[in-house]
Amino acid sequence: MELVCPAGSLPALKAAVEAGANAVYLGFRDATNARHFPGLNFTDAQIDEGLRLARARGVKVYVALNTYPQPHNWAQWAAAVDRAAALGVDAIIVADLGVLDYAADRHPDLPRHLSVQGSATTCEALAFLHARFGIRRAVLPRVLSLAQVRQVVAHSPVSIEVFGFGSLCVMVEGRCLLSSYATGKSPNTCGACSPAEFVRWEETPAGRTTRLGGVLIDRRAAGETAGYPTLCKGRYRVGDSTYYAIEEPTSLNTLALLPELMALGVVAVKIEGRQRSPAYVRDVTTTWRRAIDACARDAAHFAPRPEWLATLGKVSEGAQTTFGALHRPWQ
Amino acid sequence: MSTTGAPRLAIGPVLTYWPAEQLRTFYASVADGPADIVYLGETVCAKRRALRFDEWVEIAEHLVARGKEVVLSTLALVEAESERKTLRQICENGRFLVEANDLTAVALLAGRAPFVTGPTVNVYNARTLQRLAKEGLRRFVLPVELSRETFGALRAACPDGVEGEVWAWGRLPLALSARCFTARAHNLPKDDCAFRCLDYPDGLLARTQEGQPFLTLNGIQTQSAQTHSLLGDLDDVIALGADVLRISPQSRQTEVVVQAFADALAGRTPLDGPALARLAPLGLCDGYWRGAPGIAAPAA
Repeated sequence: MELVCPAGSLPALKAAVEAGANAVYLGFRDATNARHFPGLNFTDAQIDEGLRLARARGVKVYVALNTYPQPHNWAQWAAAVDRAAALGVDAIIVADLGVLDYAADRHPDLPRHLSVQGSATTCEALAFLHARFGIRRAVLPRVLSLAQVRQVVAHSPVSIEVFGFGSLCVMVEGRCLLSSYATGKSPNTCGACSPAEFVRWEETPAGRTTRLGGVLIDRRAAGETAGYPTLCKGRYRVGDSTYYAIEEPTSLNTLALLPELMALGVVAVKIEGRQRSPAYVRDVTTTWRRAIDACARDAAHFAPRPEWLATLGKVSEGAQTTFGALHRPWQ
Repeated sequence: MSTTGAPRLAIGPVLTYWPAEQLRTFYASVADGPADIVYLGETVCAKRRALRFDEWVEIAEHLVARGKEVVLSTLALVEAESERKTLRQICENGRFLVEANDLTAVALLAGRAPFVTGPTVNVYNARTLQRLAKEGLRRFVLPVELSRETFGALRAACPDGVEGEVWAWGRLPLALSARCFTARAHNLPKDDCAFRCLDYPDGLLARTQEGQPFLTLNGIQTQSAQTHSLLGDLDDVIALGADVLRISPQSRQTEVVVQAFADALAGRTPLDGPALARLAPLGLCDGYWRGAPGIAAPAA
C-alpha cells in the first residue's frame, strides 16, 4: 500500500521523503490546486529540487491540479498541465473533466489520477472516466462507508486511493459551495475553503467571535480552543439549540482500519495537510509508515499502538479523531 | 429546440421531502400553470420514497398531456447499490429526458441517451461543456456559484442543440454530505431517522448565533436560507442567452413565483417589493450571479 503524503513546501517534501512516504503530492503557487494559501506551494525550481530529492529515494511526485477553471482563466490551468508534463512528474491529480480531456489529449503519457474533488463515488463513474480520459487511479470522496469502498474497489477499472488521516471534509468534495456563499471564493473556483482574508476574530463581552465574510461562524467563551473557521465547523442555532449543526472540529483517522483497507485492495492511502507544518508531515508520515509496515507484516494481529495514536492525536484538529463516513454510525 | 426568443420556465425537482398527496396536489397545479418544463423525482435522499418510479411516470405522462416537457431528475449523491439500481431504471427509461446530478448518471447516459446536467455536475468551462455535448448533453444547468460572466461565456460556447439553464428562483443547493443534518438535529442516526424531513417542507433553518438566517438543513443537503432570485436581473439573463429559467419549488406560493416570472417575461408589471418579500420570507440573494458572495442581497 502506497503512503501518499502532503508537501505544501520544500521542507515538508523533505520531511515526507525522509519519514518514509512512497509518494508526495504538491501544487503550483496559484489557484490551480485546492490548497491555494499564502506562502504555500512550489515554483518550478522548487519542484525540480523536490523531484531530485524524491527520486533519490524512489519516491513519486504527484502534482495536484484539482480545481475548476472557468472560461476567463482556462488558459492558466491548461498551462499548468503543460508545466507538469514538462517537469516530468509522476502523475497529475485532476478534478475537472475539461482539464482531464485536455491532459489526455495533449499529454497522453502523463498519468492522470482523479482527485477527490472530482466527486466520483461509484464504479460506474470511474469506468466512464477511465474509458474517456484514461484515468489510472481515483481518490474517493470521504462519504463512503467501508462496505461501499469495498464495492467500488471490487468493480473499479482503476486503482483506488482513500484518505487516511487529516482534516475532515464532511461535505462531498468538489461540490461544496458553503465557502463561496459567505465569501465569494470556494475550493472549486479559488482553491481555498474559507480563505484567511475573510476571517475576522473579535473579542467581545459575550466571548471571542469568529466571522467569515461577515457571517458569524462561532462565539466562544474565554479559554475554549478554536480551530480554523471553516463554515461546516461553526456553531449555529437550529430551533432552540446552538450546536455544531454540521460537524465538530475533528480529524479523520483510519489507522485502525488499515487491515480492512489493505484486504479490500485499496492501493494507496492519502494524508491530508499541505497547509500544515513540516513537523506535522514528519510525525504523521513516520507514524503511518510504521503502521503500514506492521500491518503488511502481520495484518491479523495489527492494532494501532498507543504511541502512534498519541502522536496523531496531538496534531488532530480539535484533538479528536473519527473514522468518518467509513463507520456507518457517524453518518 | 429553441435557442432564440424568451427563455422558457422550468420547475426544478422538489428538493425537500413532501408526502405523496402534497406532491400530487403540487403537480396538478403545475400542470395548469405557465411553466414549460418540469423536472421530476428525488434528488437528495434515497430514503425518501413518497412516490414510486411508476407513480412519478404517471405524473410525467399527465404533465406531457398538458403540454409540458418532462425531465426525470436523479440523485446528486449516489453510493449504495439500491441507489444505483434506481438510477439505472431512470436512465434507461427510454422516453423522458434525464437530468444527471452526479457523474454516475452522466456515465450511465453518456453515448446512450440525451441528458441534462443539473447544478451539482461541475460544468465550469467550455471544454467540459463541449466534451459532454459529444456524449449527448442537451442542456446544462449553471452550477449555482458561477457568475453571469461565466454563464455568458459558456452559453456562447454551447454547440448547436445545447441549451443553458440558470437557477432563477429558490434556496440554493450548496453542499451534500454522507451525514444527515436533519437527523443530527434530532439526535437520531441517519439509518433510523424517523423521516423527520417530513416535518420541514421547506427545510430546517440554521441561524447564526446572532440570529441571521444562514443555512437550510435538508437531510444530507445544505441549502442557503435566502432565496436566490434573478427576477430583478431578467434583462441581463436574457441578454446572456439563457434558454431556461429554473424555479425551485417551495411549499407555498410556487405558482405565484412562476406567474411572476411569466408576467415579467411578457413585459407585464413586476411584483412590488412587499409582494416579493412575502414569497421569500428569509430574504433574497443574487450575489453569485453578480460575482459576489452568494448570500449578497440584490441591489435595492
